[in-house]
Amino acid sequence: MAAQAGTIMTKKQKKTLYRILVTAVLLILWHFVPLQNPWRLFLYLIPYGIIGWDVLRKAVLGIKNGQVFDENFLMAVATVGAMVLGFFTDGEEGGYLEGVAVMLFYQIGELFQSVAVGKSRKSITDLMDIRPDYANLVGEDGETETVDPDDVEIGSLILIKPGEKIPIDGIVVSGSGSVNTVALTGESVPRSVHEGDEVISGCISENGLLKIRTTKEFGESTASKILDLVENSSLKKSRSEDFISKFARYYTPAVCFSALALAVLPPVILALSGREVSVWTWVIRALTFLVISCPCALVISIPLSFFGGIGAASSRGILVKGSNYLETLSKVRVCVFDKTGTLTEGVFAVTEVTPADGFAEGADAGTGGKSMSPETALLYYAAHAELYSTHPIAGSIREAYAQRAEAPDPSLVTDVTEISGHGVTAGVGGRNVAAGNRKLMKRLGLEVPEYDGAGTAVYLAVDGSYAGRIVISDRVKEGAAQAIRGLKAAGIRQTVMLTGDRMQAAEHVAKDLGVDSWYAELLPADKVTKVEELLTKTGDRVAFVGDGINDAPVLSRADVGIAMGGLGSDAAIEAADVVLMDDDPRKIALAMYISRKCLRIVFENIVFAIGVKFLCLILGALGIANMWVAVFADVGVMVIAVLNAIRCLKVPSGTQ
Amino acid sequence: MKKTYKIEVDCAACAQKMEDAAKTVAGVADASVSFMSQKMKVEFAEGADDAGVMQDVLKACKKVESDCEIFGI
Repeated sequence: MAAQAGTIMTKKQKKTLYRILVTAVLLILWHFVPLQNPWRLFLYLIPYGIIGWDVLRKAVLGIKNGQVFDENFLMAVATVGAMVLGFFTDGEEGGYLEGVAVMLFYQIGELFQSVAVGKSRKSITDLMDIRPDYANLVGEDGETETVDPDDVEIGSLILIKPGEKIPIDGIVVSGSGSVNTVALTGESVPRSVHEGDEVISGCISENGLLKIRTTKEFGESTASKILDLVENSSLKKSRSEDFISKFARYYTPAVCFSALALAVLPPVILALSGREVSVWTWVIRALTFLVISCPCALVISIPLSFFGGIGAASSRGILVKGSNYLETLSKVRVCVFDKTGTLTEGVFAVTEVTPADGFAEGADAGTGGKSMSPETALLYYAAHAELYSTHPIAGSIREAYAQRAEAPDPSLVTDVTEISGHGVTAGVGGRNVAAGNRKLMKRLGLEVPEYDGAGTAVYLAVDGSYAGRIVISDRVKEGAAQAIRGLKAAGIRQTVMLTGDRMQAAEHVAKDLGVDSWYAELLPADKVTKVEELLTKTGDRVAFVGDGINDAPVLSRADVGIAMGGLGSDAAIEAADVVLMDDDPRKIALAMYISRKCLRIVFENIVFAIGVKFLCLILGALGIANMWVAVFADVGVMVIAVLNAIRCLKVPSGTQ
Repeated sequence: MKKTYKIEVDCAACAQKMEDAAKTVAGVADASVSFMSQKMKVEFAEGADDAGVMQDVLKACKKVESDCEIFGI
């Protein structure tokens, strides 16, 4: 226990712990000491001094500096009041024990809060444990030297051994291996890197020795930027936090004056009406009132909730740039998406292979004896005919064939002729293959079915007869449809897709994903107009999700701008309010889930704390609640509120 | 010009006090203190000397919260 306490408590906290223990022991001992006033007072002043000197000192300093009404002041007045009361009533009604005990419980509460907050601070910083401590700089003589990453200049060579963090962004010049990006993206599958690949700081090299030429300074590197962003996020305060600090500003003086009124007015009124008055009863009630009123539960638990929520999100690769954005995110009802790169991969790939009727018969006659399905055979002919083409579409076809079967074999290809604006003809495995657009087919005298889908079609003819078509299009991201459904389930009323792409392409993607409405053929400026339209038309909070490359104005116009694929993209990190570190659109629903949960907890704490306090205040004023209830209303409520706030740190596993 | 400073402060209410105090210092356009991340962000007024202003900020903060500390001034 003691050893454990050593690791979780700071020096200051341990000192408080000892003060608490000593005071508790003294209180128990004094209980058995049969002394009368004034010695009894003197006896109790010892533990009171031990436990309360710093509160009293701060209260006095506060008064001196014009900061009268704070929690120290409340505690000082209440406990000094109780001690004075004890002196005059000789410990009969309330008194010494209460005075010391209230201070003792107050300190226990403060200690608990300080430990809990410190622990959550630490677990949040652990989640974001991407700060590199050193870099292995490779000198001109090939010797490595361990240096502060701050001292590494752009273009230096650094060495990363297995298990080490990459300290600075750069390009791999030699070596290969896999790097773990989990701290950055929440994605646990390692990414493999080879010579010439860009690597980002904050990743951990799992195996292989990597030599990297740095492309940025430490301060400009991804890891530094992200850390900066997360650590500063709590400086952008939410409206709930502002509300609480304003509330506290008026609340404490109001309570103090009420307490004063409670101590003075009822006895005066009672005395004037000729009834018997016990002055002490009302003083005790007023003091009880003061103890209850401490607003610490709110003041501490609400920033802690937001900090926890932001920490939880960042552990899953969602960077929220401020508490205010987390708050707005929870209120979003309309979600607007950019299409390319956000809902789709933004990379062209074969999405459809349709062999013509009759192609299957003898389809693999030109494959050098390999047997293939008609689809693979179609890709085989296309990939070989387009072997030397530099067009991106040809690249996608070759890649699709390589994925299904093997890399194209150049020895099978003869007589390649490119017909500009039409396509290519070539001999593949002894058969005459033509691959290109409809114009090429027409030239060969072939009538082919029209294609009206979202992508680009490549038609094939083999030995003069139509063989089928291959469609290349931008692929919808894995999980994009699920993301839209997830948002609907999370209470988003309207999902909208905006794109600069053609109508047909947009329509297909929109129908595939099930978005509520979509607008195509938009210029970047049109997207801003559309978002503004939605803002005024719906009156709801609008989030815009984009890839951050050319939609910075839209990102900043929306209530919450969410940028995808922030890894390595400075533009996205700059422009957005929320940055998704990987490309997974499902994270948007997760982000909303986290924000809702966080805001719900904040709301619970506000209602619970204010509710219990008001109830106890009324009971205290009526004389039903005594000093012990008051201590619970103060410390107990705070402990419960802090424990509740810590729940913000927990994130569900899985993407939803 | 904005600058962020590391600070040390014990309680959330004290952090709020520091924020309020820093805001009143001449040469400070805006200030924000986060108890959670133990940081203070100060936006200086046009043409203010940041080092000098921060001395005043520290003084103002010490006055309202004697236990606080601001690093890297």
